[in-house]
Amino acid sequence: MVYLTRHEHFNAAHKLYNPNWSEEKNTEVFGKCANANWHGHNYELMVTIKGKVNAETGFLMDAKALSVILQQHVCEKLDHRNLNLDVDFMKGVLASTENLAMAIWKQIIPHLPKGVDLHCVKLYETPRICVEYYGE
Amino acid sequence: MDNKVAVYRKEHFNAAHRLHNPALSDVENAELFGKCNYANYHGHNYELIVKVIGEVNPKTGYVIDLKVLGDLIKELVIEKFDHKNLNLDTVEFKNLNPTAENIAIVIYNMLRPKIDKKYELKIVLYETERNYVEYPA
Repeated sequence: MVYLTRHEHFNAAHKLYNPNWSEEKNTEVFGKCANANWHGHNYELMVTIKGKVNAETGFLMDAKALSVILQQHVCEKLDHRNLNLDVDFMKGVLASTENLAMAIWKQIIPHLPKGVDLHCVKLYETPRICVEYYGE
Repeated sequence: MDNKVAVYRKEHFNAAHRLHNPALSDVENAELFGKCNYANYHGHNYELIVKVIGEVNPKTGYVIDLKVLGDLIKELVIEKFDHKNLNLDTVEFKNLNPTAENIAIVIYNMLRPKIDKKYELKIVLYETERNYVEYPA
């Protein structure tokens, strides 16, 4: 078993806001992250896959092919977008880093070749805050 | 040999923005600014580096107290821009395109009057890890 990680990035706006709550409750729970007119981040995404090395190529998976999947199904949908308003796979989901990492996992899974498993989606919202999701 | 030293203070803020020139049509804006012009904004983790050059004070051994400089940057800049939409939530960019260049100039103009004239001041602003600007050039 070997693990391979691909690093991508995107820039997006968002706010943390629960529509079932009042403005006051949102501000109380989410603080300045609930700012009505959004704020934004440079997100850094690390996606780790796992599996056996193909004896003919020496690859677990062509890292370029993994990048194309991440670009097409994740980054192009998120980059320079508003996570609350513009992203089909985040509709109705609170745009926290935790939820975004779990949603990105679902975006990637259907596109991985046979014999390659997704191990971890690691998402940095800032250089100091990151979440990891292992599909558990 | 003079006694001048450059000291630096790093701060950061997260903000939303879009690049848009209201004097141009939507088509021209989209052409000029590409995805930075998307209507619903995007955002960045801005990293701000404030550089102060001056003589070392023989009494303190400091050029400037970096804690004092940090507090000044937080009060004048970070409080205004952090977790805000630069286009919508700040007076500074009501009529000014919030490019990294313009943000750096605005920050310089916010800080310059509060920092003694005996110091040289320079602003370095990272919009992403790969894009950054410096003012004055």
